[in-house]
Amino acid sequence: MLRPRIIPSLLVHKGGLIKTRGFKDPKYIGDPINAVRIFSEKEADELMVFDIDATINKSTPNFNLIKKLAAECRMPLCYGGGITSSDQASKIIDQGVEKIAISAAAIKNPSILSEIANSVGCQSVVAIIDLKKKKSIFGDKYEVYSHNGLVKHSIDPFELIKEFENAGAGEVVINFIDKDGLMEGYDIDMAINLKKRINVPLTILGGAGTLEHIAELIRNVGIIGVASGSLFVFKGKYRAVLINYPTREQKIKLCEKALEFYFSERQDYI
Amino acid sequence: MIAIIDYGVGNVQAFLNLFKFLGVKAYRATNSKDLNIAERIVLPGVGHFDHAMNKLVSSGMITKLEELVLFKKLPIIGICVGMQMLAESSEEGNLPGLNWLPGKVRAFKKYNKSFNLPTPHMGWNNLIPNSNSRLFSKGFENGAQFYFLHSYFFDCTDKENVVAKANYGFDFDAVVSCNNIHGIQCHPEKSHHWGFQLLKNFVEL
Repeated sequence: MLRPRIIPSLLVHKGGLIKTRGFKDPKYIGDPINAVRIFSEKEADELMVFDIDATINKSTPNFNLIKKLAAECRMPLCYGGGITSSDQASKIIDQGVEKIAISAAAIKNPSILSEIANSVGCQSVVAIIDLKKKKSIFGDKYEVYSHNGLVKHSIDPFELIKEFENAGAGEVVINFIDKDGLMEGYDIDMAINLKKRINVPLTILGGAGTLEHIAELIRNVGIIGVASGSLFVFKGKYRAVLINYPTREQKIKLCEKALEFYFSERQDYI
Repeated sequence: MIAIIDYGVGNVQAFLNLFKFLGVKAYRATNSKDLNIAERIVLPGVGHFDHAMNKLVSSGMITKLEELVLFKKLPIIGICVGMQMLAESSEEGNLPGLNWLPGKVRAFKKYNKSFNLPTPHMGWNNLIPNSNSRLFSKGFENGAQFYFLHSYFFDCTDKENVVAKANYGFDFDAVVSCNNIHGIQCHPEKSHHWGFQLLKNFVEL
């Protein structure tokens, strides 16, 4: 049976790996190629790498870096940062990358997703949406952001997701800005809500601090992509840098147990 | 030498990286002449079926490939859309496939009316062996987990050619073999030690 994907998410800033909190306060982690090599050895399910400078600096994707990352990555790799055309996407896929992540460019013009899907296929098109929770007495609201949390968009997240799905996105990654780096757990309620309303594979990013947080998400939403930055690069509450990932046995046991709980709560398969 | 067919579609580099890691000599074949030294062939592919078929046709390699695969019987493995192109046709497109291994490529969503899972089928899933294929003869004593990423699947006409199945809502044909022609829907180049082992077994066929 298909099992949930547990995905380290890495941020590249000025050529180095960093980890943020609330999209701010970057802490240097190390060399990206070295980290990818370690995650390959640890047999990570998948890897996401985002160049967080490219869109802000209006620069094109760093093909040199992508080539080196792909050469080390023996699991599926999703790359994002500065991709604005299907030519760039095809060139990245040809380097040995499986998935192309688009955020800012797709919010500006969702048809970029169709263009990329036509050349590399829907299965390789990943739409990323950064959400910030806005508390109000009339109920919580989620707002869409881009450009590393600097630009706010006045569009309903669910409408945007629908638009992205129709345009050919093969996966949607939801990144929770206010959970980023806190290591206190995922936004479970919103994840449940999202899972109900998304028809393509969904990945949740932002908030994990322990493997138990991953299990909690799977118990509540079933088969899903579970991504985290902090959990896989830090050890302990003082955030000592240590690249880590569960062993194959740990991972399979965690997924099986959490899925068993999820399926015992409902009759349908997903 | 293993020829990786480069017709402008797919992750050729991922295979070159992996064979280099395995210490197996492999090279990128971009035209018929390149294929003269091929001993084994890997046909990768990602994206839309018609797009891939169009690109393969315009690469000008099909006649030479037919000579090597159908007459000289060189071992070939098609991967993902590369596997799907071995079929007669695909519900994803209008162009005919290579028709080297009898079967039709079908859409998950159309095949079964009650199918309500998200597509693409994305992630790690088990292969369920169906025969004693030499592709799985070594290194799979404790099961086989592979990475999948697809919305269409190969439906073998002759079920005796099915080597392994996988389950996504229903069991579908995930690995197929007919004599020297093999196809695998999932991605051995991105499936850690399971994938290395499968490609190693292919090299040793």
